[in-house]
Amino acid sequence: MAKAVVTWGIVSLMLMPLLYGTLAQAEAIGGFVVPTSKAAQLDRCVEPTEAMRRYHMDLIRHQRDTTVYGGIRGTKHSMSGCVDCHAGHDASGEPIPVAAPGQFCQACHHYAAIKLNCFDCHATVPKGEAWNQEPEPTAPEANWMMNLLDLHLPRGRVTP
Amino acid sequence: MKQDHDTIDQGRRALLGAAAVGAAATVGFSSTIVSAEGRKTPVTAEHRWGMLIDTSKCADGCTACVDACELENGLNLQERPHGLSQQKWDDQRSTWIRKVRLQDNLSGQITQLPLMCQHCEKPPCVDVCPTGASFKRADGIVMVDRHICIGCRYCMMACPYKARSFIHEPVEHKFTRAPRGKGCVESCNLCAHRLDHGENNTACAEACAQTGHQAITFGDLNHANGKLRQALKATKNRQIREDLKLNTGVRYAGL
Ligand code: HEC
Ligand code: HEC
Ligand code: HEC
Repeated sequence: MAKAVVTWGIVSLMLMPLLYGTLAQAEAIGGFVVPTSKAAQLDRCVEPTEAMRRYHMDLIRHQRDTTVYGGIRGTKHSMSGCVDCHAGHDASGEPIPVAAPGQFCQACHHYAAIKLNCFDCHATVPKGEAWNQEPEPTAPEANWMMNLLDLHLPRGRVTP
Repeated sequence: MKQDHDTIDQGRRALLGAAAVGAAATVGFSSTIVSAEGRKTPVTAEHRWGMLIDTSKCADGCTACVDACELENGLNLQERPHGLSQQKWDDQRSTWIRKVRLQDNLSGQITQLPLMCQHCEKPPCVDVCPTGASFKRADGIVMVDRHICIGCRYCMMACPYKARSFIHEPVEHKFTRAPRGKGCVESCNLCAHRLDHGENNTACAEACAQTGHQAITFGDLNHANGKLRQALKATKNRQIREDLKLNTGVRYAGL
């Protein structure tokens, strides 16, 4: 009986790559999850993992338009969500950019030869997420805008 | 980059159907990121957001609104690119609000005002945009969909208020709530991220109130008894470049 279980276990293990498709065969499902990320503490993604592997780009794109045109933010397919949950952390607890070499989004995309420009604009670590969060205290540059005064509107009062 | 929405929807539906069981079990994890309760339905024309700016209350030398805007949207994180002169940088650095000082040369009278996107009902920037990136959201907020923006800057030319900025260099530091990067145009979005989370004020108006000046009243132009409409009724005000008939969402008193 015990032997049968072991045998079946081995057979199904061997079948796994076939069942789950050919994408990123080198890693087991979930294998790209960074051990120091929040995701490592959880056992599921926002959708079933196999589906995420295959369809995450569609989900994100759908979410993108929902947010930009509809103002619906922070639902489960949001880009900020991916970053928040999948960003690893260094020894001092600081988040590591998800698009850095070897990190979650980059490692698999590198493997699959995909290049994203999303992170030209999108933050790669959770930073200044919530609308009401205190931003990092950074002194604004001294009076740079003084130079901009008077620049663009015509001199003299705007009169009817 | 604009994709066929139907195709996306169908794909998603199929996926959700196939994965219904897994998805149901996932629900518990889906809300870990949002701190405040965000909106669940798309914005509608029920509201039209706008402002009244009372220039007589806008103080000389005060930059509270500008500073607050910078902190809110991560504009203070901008760095002057290596080798660019300070003057050039001052000219091309992104600014969503600027303080403008008007002087009547005859009388010497000086008027201060913060100038930002006026959120026109008929925005020229939207008319000229070749890709549809420059758009007006249902609730009247004029913004740029930077996924579609190709950086041509026609909108900057068309805007009578010089309200838009172009990002010339890679952006090293940015906030999650305000993605921004090289090659796109950006401007004031009336703190859409706040409104979408049920907050009813912008960073600039809030900061102005905190200084005690109370020069900026933010509110809903469609709400007849709301604070903005009340303020508009109580104070004589006008649009900048009224002659263009753009029906701006931002109005000025004391001009
Ligand atoms: C040129 C800058 C830029 C680039 C490049 C860019 N985005 Fe965005 N993205 C934005 C801005 C600006 C918003 C609007 C944010 C808001 O209104 O809060 C946004 C919002 C989003 C949102 C909704 C907010 C969220 O966190 O879920 C998603 C999803 C998204 N983008 C996905 C993408 C993807 C995928 C790519 C790459 C294919 C990408 N973006 C590339 C600027 C950019
Ligand atoms: C609440 C936390 C959380 C969020 C938010 C989240 N994920 Fe995940 N994700 C996980 C976990 C946990 C796993 C591993 C599941 C497993 O081991 O089966 C995972 C796995 C994945 C995988 C498969 C990785 C692999 O090695 O097979 C992909 C791809 C993925 N996530 C993409 C995304 C994207 C894209 C987003 C944003 C739309 C996102 N995730 C948002 C927690 C999250
Ligand atoms: C397990 C592997 C894997 C992981 C992990 C992964 N991706 Fe992907 N991603 C892919 C593959 C494969 C494609 C290409 C699919 C295609 O072209 O059909 C892709 C494509 C994309 C695209 C569409 C690119 C385009 O040009 O249209 C986006 C956006 C994207 N991924 C975002 C992310 C983000 C954000 C993360 C991290 C949170 C992530 N992915 C993590 C495998 C992965």
